[in-house]
Amino acid sequence: MRKLALNDEILLKIEKPARYIGGEVNSVMKDPEKVDIRFAMCFPEVYEIGMSHLGLQILYDMFNQRNDTWCERVFSPWVDLDQMMRNEKIPLFTLESQDPVKNFDFLGITLQFEMCYTNILQVLDLSGIPLHSLDRTVCDPFVIGGGPCAYNPEPLADFFDLFYIGDGEVVYDRLLDTYKEWKKSRVPQGASRREFLEMAAEIEGIYVPSFYDTCYKEDGTILSFAPNNPHAKEKIRRLAAADMARTTYPLKPVVPFIKVTQDRAVLEIQRGCIRGCRFCQAGMVYRPARPRNLDMLKETARAMLKNTGHEEITLSSLSSSDYTELKEIVEFLMEEFQDEGVNISLPSLRIDAFSLDVMSKIQDVRKSSLTFAPEAGTQRMRDVINKGLTEEEILTGAGQAFAGGWTKVKLYFMLGLPTETEEDMKEIAVLSDKVARKYYEIPKDQRNGKCQITASSSFFVPKPCTPFQWASMCRAEEYVRRAGIVQEAMRSQLNRKSLKYNWHTAELTVLEGFFARGDRRTGAVLEEAYRLGCLYDSWNEYFQYDLWMQAFRHTGIDLDFYNLRVRTEEEIFPWDFIDCGVTKQFLRREWERAMCAQATENCREKCSGCGAASYKGGVCYESKN
Amino acid sequence: MKARIKFRKLGVMKFIGHLDVMRYFQKAIRRAGLPIAFTEGYSPHMIMSFASPLGVGMTSDGEYFDIELREPISGVEAIRRLNEQMVEGMEVIGFVRIPEDKKNKGMTLVAGAEYLSRACRGTLPQDWKERLDAFYIQKEIKTVKRTKREEKEVDIRPMIHKLTAREDSIYMQVDAGSARNLKPDSVTDAFAEYCGVKDISFAHHRLETFANTGSEENPVFVPLDALGTEFE
Repeated sequence: MRKLALNDEILLKIEKPARYIGGEVNSVMKDPEKVDIRFAMCFPEVYEIGMSHLGLQILYDMFNQRNDTWCERVFSPWVDLDQMMRNEKIPLFTLESQDPVKNFDFLGITLQFEMCYTNILQVLDLSGIPLHSLDRTVCDPFVIGGGPCAYNPEPLADFFDLFYIGDGEVVYDRLLDTYKEWKKSRVPQGASRREFLEMAAEIEGIYVPSFYDTCYKEDGTILSFAPNNPHAKEKIRRLAAADMARTTYPLKPVVPFIKVTQDRAVLEIQRGCIRGCRFCQAGMVYRPARPRNLDMLKETARAMLKNTGHEEITLSSLSSSDYTELKEIVEFLMEEFQDEGVNISLPSLRIDAFSLDVMSKIQDVRKSSLTFAPEAGTQRMRDVINKGLTEEEILTGAGQAFAGGWTKVKLYFMLGLPTETEEDMKEIAVLSDKVARKYYEIPKDQRNGKCQITASSSFFVPKPCTPFQWASMCRAEEYVRRAGIVQEAMRSQLNRKSLKYNWHTAELTVLEGFFARGDRRTGAVLEEAYRLGCLYDSWNEYFQYDLWMQAFRHTGIDLDFYNLRVRTEEEIFPWDFIDCGVTKQFLRREWERAMCAQATENCREKCSGCGAASYKGGVCYESKN
Repeated sequence: MKARIKFRKLGVMKFIGHLDVMRYFQKAIRRAGLPIAFTEGYSPHMIMSFASPLGVGMTSDGEYFDIELREPISGVEAIRRLNEQMVEGMEVIGFVRIPEDKKNKGMTLVAGAEYLSRACRGTLPQDWKERLDAFYIQKEIKTVKRTKREEKEVDIRPMIHKLTAREDSIYMQVDAGSARNLKPDSVTDAFAEYCGVKDISFAHHRLETFANTGSEENPVFVPLDALGTEFE
């Protein structure tokens, strides 16, 4: 029997002990004596969130295919265990071997959203790894970060030894080989960490933050950003897997004992998106849109269901409707698995005749709701953000859905978008009402009671490497005021009783925006907030805005400088050293088109010359075969 | 046709709660490719019913659940296929055919269970074995049962059918199931209090789960799988 890091007494006292025991179906056990590299893979959130992430399963599987590497998982201990580990000085451990993370060669942390940054410091702290990269010794693991937030790694620069920019599938092997070389050539305790970091800095896609210096102007913006080490590259080029048919995919994902957020087999049908919504970071930094091969998907679906025993399979992509063989894959899944009691779920589908037909076959229309993401209330605003969805399309789709028996509709909007006027806000309510009207056009005897339209708005956060990276944000109070305007307008609509409206936590948005575009100096706020007790910030019940404000005061860093300032065309951004695949000129062009409410065609309609064709794959080459 | 499956839950699996054990077996049955029957409707689920839920922290040699099959399968084959899908700590040890009648539903059948309980924190007095006998021959054993609203005094003695020392553990056979259920903790807590021992906790291991083939007054406990027959 495996020995656990935590004793029975602790495990029986905490919530959901199964978060910490490992041993799940398809988790990988190896003999530590027979591997050269021990890699701890961390999602800095609670187990149920981390285990729902496809990227982690892909890398876990890929690393463990190497005989010389044992990749294990580690997640943020929940607040109850966090306290006990601190009190009893128990070091953080991985789930598989239950060994302390501190003894590993690497600690890889996936950076999926800004508001888990305090949890990263928690993971380092509980592991007994110095928070600052510069304080680490040869006894500590190399801490490497990757994922969407790595497109502006600067707020985390002090805490990480390396960052990996791009699709994880591409050069991790080279990094691990390089590490092995360094480890073998190392005279006992002789060679320094620096030597490995220098070797790593020469690998494509790898960024070693300590090899760069930033100088600031008097006004606080960046004067220069340059390497201070001859091994470091001027620009870090994002890596992309050009051929999605040949990239690795986990056929035996780990099956958790407890119910996790995404408790199903996930089939990634396409990476990247053809749409080019101007607020969307994923839509830019995963270009070009790269569909997976249909036969490969069929085989993968079969193998995953057989190896996991999951009772549900879902398709994953940024916009499933744009996958050209969607009909074929959906029909295959229905024919092959529906008789075996496997549920099929289809997120991110455009609502049209095809998707409604499919959905009526796979779900109970009376219970399920349909989702539209118009993102904005007026056509002008939708043109600004380049969301190619017209009011007519929304109302036609809703009308068809209501005719098909659905009564619940969810509408997603954003508030605080660039150039937003009061009319844009109020029109959110008007559009919601028009959807409701569509329902009440159906004769009374043919409809099923009242309809329920739920509109929610998040507040727009400008992200690096998007056309909106120049946009300014608002203060939290302003966001709440705008939400108030929408709510007021909702109350004056004809069908107000069928409309529901809710909005996100504005304070969280403001901090997310601060870190999304923060420079190296912002790391001090993060560290101070963590020291003051901030943790699990994306959980409403643990979010402590007053402590964050205290951290700003203690560090003397001005939140407004980062969020309210108008950024000029000339400004050097903290993330400008990253070549994310789309050029800054393209992003600027898109920003200017946005300012004149000019839409841009999607990648299939017309190439806009964004730069991603340099990856030589996906949609850029579709018609050129 | 219906089958009754017997399994063990040992080691670290004691931290997996009852609902998660159900989910675990649903997925294991799919991986093993057993011909299980489903309910109708949009979200079909397996026809499956578990006997007595085992508390988190407890291990067991005698857990049961019943399933409905679409077609027969040999017990030996089913056990082999399921065990190929088990994780460390879970083992399938029985697969028998049970009668179709309604009263044979797993949960309602459960009438008793036997446990071994061992002190895992704190110690009992030296002469605990003699004290256990004296504790057991009492006419009544009053304990306080706390619910959200009230505290109630309950006599647990009638629910204990056997109680004796077995090496370093306490062996007990007690009522279990939906009619009357006695948790092993209630017995060991009452015994610790009887001995005047504080700060002690016990690890409980279920040995077997029983049906009652006798009467309420004179119960005859038989293991749940004794009510089944081998698959041909």
